[in-house]
Amino acid sequence: MGYSSYYSYGLPPFIIIVIALYLLFTDSGEAFNVGRFLEESSPYAWASTGIGLCIGLSVLGAGWGIFVTGSSILGGGVRAPRITTKNLISIIFCEVVAIYGVIMGIVYSSKIAAVANEDLYTRENYFTGFALFWGGLTVGACNLLCGVSVGITGSTAALADAADPDLFVKILVVEVFGSILGLFGLIVGLLMVSQANDFTGATSATATAFQAVVSPYVH
Amino acid sequence: MEALFFNVDNGFLEGIVRGYRGGILTQNQYANLTQCESLEDLRTQLSATDYGNFLANEPLPLSTSTIADKATQILVDQFNYIRSNAVQPLSKFLEYITYSYMIDNIILLITGTLHERDTHELLERCHPLGVFDTMPALCVATNVEELYQSVLVETPLAPYFRGCLAATDLDDLNIEIIRNTVYKAYLEDFYNFCSGLSSPTSDVMHKILSFEADRRTVNITINSFGTELTKEQRAKLFPTIGRLYPEGNNQLAKADEMDQVRQACESVSEYRPFFSDAGQSAANGDDHGAASQLEDHFFQNEVHLNKQSFLQQFQYGVFYSYMKLKEQEIRNITWIAECIAQDAKDRIQDFIPIF
Repeated sequence: MGYSSYYSYGLPPFIIIVIALYLLFTDSGEAFNVGRFLEESSPYAWASTGIGLCIGLSVLGAGWGIFVTGSSILGGGVRAPRITTKNLISIIFCEVVAIYGVIMGIVYSSKIAAVANEDLYTRENYFTGFALFWGGLTVGACNLLCGVSVGITGSTAALADAADPDLFVKILVVEVFGSILGLFGLIVGLLMVSQANDFTGATSATATAFQAVVSPYVH
Repeated sequence: MEALFFNVDNGFLEGIVRGYRGGILTQNQYANLTQCESLEDLRTQLSATDYGNFLANEPLPLSTSTIADKATQILVDQFNYIRSNAVQPLSKFLEYITYSYMIDNIILLITGTLHERDTHELLERCHPLGVFDTMPALCVATNVEELYQSVLVETPLAPYFRGCLAATDLDDLNIEIIRNTVYKAYLEDFYNFCSGLSSPTSDVMHKILSFEADRRTVNITINSFGTELTKEQRAKLFPTIGRLYPEGNNQLAKADEMDQVRQACESVSEYRPFFSDAGQSAANGDDHGAASQLEDHFFQNEVHLNKQSFLQQFQYGVFYSYMKLKEQEIRNITWIAECIAQDAKDRIQDFIPIF
């Protein structure tokens, strides 16, 4: 460790401050403009990133849980082979987390429809894009943490089962409660996009009106 | 946080060690063992446990030393299996466990050479975990300087021996001083190494190593009563870790009798009961009995601490604790076998049960 890590913490903030001050003093502070960024980035980009995070984080959580549990089952199973079949349920609990992610990914991606670029920037389409992004992030984060928690409890369950078979059911209860956390994320993720419509093109009359309102950088 | 990454490298091995732990003899099995009439009976009883048929190919009559050797061999095989599957930092941790056996072996060889024993016989008596390549060369050394230059400088123990090069010639007292100086350096180094590991490992190991250090401190004090070891020399042998350090160590360095040792240990509530019945023997003027009872208490507490380390998952302490518990088990089996062989049934219950 030593000092190198502490120095590396300070470096990124320092660079950011230098760039920010440079932009400010050269009279181009407007270049960093959150509102414009939100307006100009395509709703498709938001929607696709959301779906990607949803399935990606879910699979990360599931995979993480499975390796934590799996290595313990392997080790414990050497001297107590009876635990391997029973503890497969912990692996299934982790796997379910990935399935939540897949389900939500399918639900979300059904909202995406092809719309011509000039008809894309409507109020509804912005909402759909943002809803899919944050919904996907919610589901992904919930499933990541759920997968890790189920994995760690599953590993404990496997070792406890190997030591004393009576403990298996007791720890399984803890694990079941852990696995429910992912379901919460799934439900909230569904509710978040329930108000969002599929991507639809604007009618030609409104389209020109929106073009005028929307930032001049959008073509 | 350790739970997130521990299993990447060590999950399998932890599972294995916990599986091995399940094979440690229970109260019931000990009860069966103590009922045995002969060593052949003992072998039959042991074959029903995790030891299996480890004595199957031994010629009759069995001796207690064969039983101990074979049981140790099983432990060594298990340890080597774990060690060959381990990666850093666990492999370094496991190496630290072997250092204590290496120290014992070196001292055994030096002492044996001093008393002009047969080299081969000595090498056979060495603990298999502490064996290193240049070990036979230890038998030719006549002073510490030579010992260090010719053999030890290439072993991982070299830094520990640097502290005791001042001792010029090898006699019984000096060897004992060397052993304790080296062991002190080893304990402190191990303690520091464990501090560098993440939280649950360091917590568990600090508890065990602190106790080990305190035990050594008290034992050195008691054993130095009535010898030519000066108090300054004695104080230098005390490990600078442990729960008695620094205040208790200071008092122990000045102690002249058992009662002062008891007072020094008073500050740690866990150590207080050790002296309660030891104190009675001391009152009867039986220092020797008091010390042996104290030793029993220390062993019991060691077993207790090592059992506790299995309550925490995702840490290295289980590897150390398993070795120590298994060693205690081998001592127990040897004790039972010895009692059976010598027909001393009244003392057969004096072992320390583990689970």
